[in-house]
Amino acid sequence: MKRDRSLIGWLAAPAVIYLVLVYALPLLWLLARSITGPEGITFALFRDFFADPFSWRVIGNTMRIAGLVTLVCLLVGYPVAFALARAKGMRQVVLLAAIILPLSVGVVVKAFAWQVVLRRDGVVSQFLVGIGVWSEPQRLLFTETGLVIGAANVFLPFMILPIYSVVKLIDPRLMEAGATLGVGPLRRFFRILLPLTLPGVVSGIAFVFSLAVSMFVIPSLLIGDRFQTLATLTGRSFLLMRNEALGSVTATVLLVLAVMIVLLSSLLARRAARFS
Amino acid sequence: MTPLERIALAMMWIIAGCAVVFLLTPLVVTVAVSFGNSAVFTLPPPEWSLRWYERLANTRGLWPSIITSVQIAGLSTLISLVLGTLCAIAIVRGRFPGRDAIATFLVSPLMLPGLVVGIAMLQGFRLIGLREAWTSLLIAHVVITMPYVVRTVLAALSLFDFTLLDAARMLGCSPAQAVRRVLVPALGPAFLTSGMFAFLASMDNYPVSIFFTDAWTKTLPIQMLQYVEERPDPTIAAISAGLILLAVIVMIIGDRLVGLRKLADF
Repeated sequence: MKRDRSLIGWLAAPAVIYLVLVYALPLLWLLARSITGPEGITFALFRDFFADPFSWRVIGNTMRIAGLVTLVCLLVGYPVAFALARAKGMRQVVLLAAIILPLSVGVVVKAFAWQVVLRRDGVVSQFLVGIGVWSEPQRLLFTETGLVIGAANVFLPFMILPIYSVVKLIDPRLMEAGATLGVGPLRRFFRILLPLTLPGVVSGIAFVFSLAVSMFVIPSLLIGDRFQTLATLTGRSFLLMRNEALGSVTATVLLVLAVMIVLLSSLLARRAARFS
Repeated sequence: MTPLERIALAMMWIIAGCAVVFLLTPLVVTVAVSFGNSAVFTLPPPEWSLRWYERLANTRGLWPSIITSVQIAGLSTLISLVLGTLCAIAIVRGRFPGRDAIATFLVSPLMLPGLVVGIAMLQGFRLIGLREAWTSLLIAHVVITMPYVVRTVLAALSLFDFTLLDAARMLGCSPAQAVRRVLVPALGPAFLTSGMFAFLASMDNYPVSIFFTDAWTKTLPIQMLQYVEERPDPTIAAISAGLILLAVIVMIIGDRLVGLRKLADF
């Protein structure tokens, strides 16, 4: 049996070798190519990219949309995670189904549906005119608001589920204990609940933000070519403009951004866990 | 309960109710449009009809793309299940340094932008002269499906009591029999749920697949986006409704196997 234990590690080899060859090495190659020119290592591509005001507008677009989407998801997702942890019976089934089902439906399907919903004669416009918020039908499709609504819809489960995973572990007696000790409800929320749920909030924000930074199909369908983000610009430069130099620079920026979000969030989550 | 708490609680349920409506809106709208007879997506539809479903049979390029997607998703899921399970066993049972790092590495494709992974692979495949679309798609989709398998099987294995295998051996099973009769049934639900989600992830993938399609080999999402750009009509809603039905079936099977609550574990 001893010999078995030392040999068993080799079972990992096929999967690891596979991913190193077709995934890790190509990513490193992409990074290497973006900093090498005809005469060795150069950052010229990046210098040109960051010197262009258009690039900064694209980076600004990316960050603003991702930030807004994350904010909407957090404001909606936080209470929903608590509702999910408390729900029983039919309510629980409905909530769970409404969160899990959209996760298993592809993004092309959902983005197309939002194209229909956000039209001038779409459901949202009809509803808002019906209740008197808008005096006449308006088009949300191809606007930033429309993009944020559609993207928040697609990414909301990724905010709810991580927060739910920490909320369900909280002992409800903690709040009762706080109440018995005469702590007011607002203080109880900020001193007990918020710190306890912070690790879930951090990982939810990290999930949604990184998904929103790198989304490609949703902006292509909901806002169009005039509004560029880092991801759509990357896709366009490879697929349409055949400008691979620009594409590999934006791809590298995206990759660095994604890795930074992962590292920062795991650091913050560890801090938050220790704090609570 | 103080009034403030009662208000907070009421708000929570109201927001939860709105969130359910919000989350289900795209799915409900898609299904409603697909059964309507209006070509301009009027909602509610003036009249119900099946005309968009009848069109599916002679929509150019639809069936080949469905076949490609199912082939790629099925095969890549199968390969990931084999490689991923072997690796998960090594991580749980092995005694070598860096096991956590390996687990993180295998799950990492899920955390990086799909577009960047796709571009990197495209350039890598070009470098070794691989230009065949179908093979490239398969190789790339194994990377997409692997995280789902590793994550779920790893969680199931860490709950598995390996002394059961020794017990089976003592009761006269050969090593292979012990694995087949004890380990495989114990991991069954993990195989099924991770397999289903891996399959769906591959079926739905756009940002990686887009780099490996040519005029003859397209996956379903690529073909659908092309329809959306060329001539958006409710035929796309009918295709979508089919995919939503598939997702409903997967969710019901998942519920029966491990329960909805388990599916929500993150």
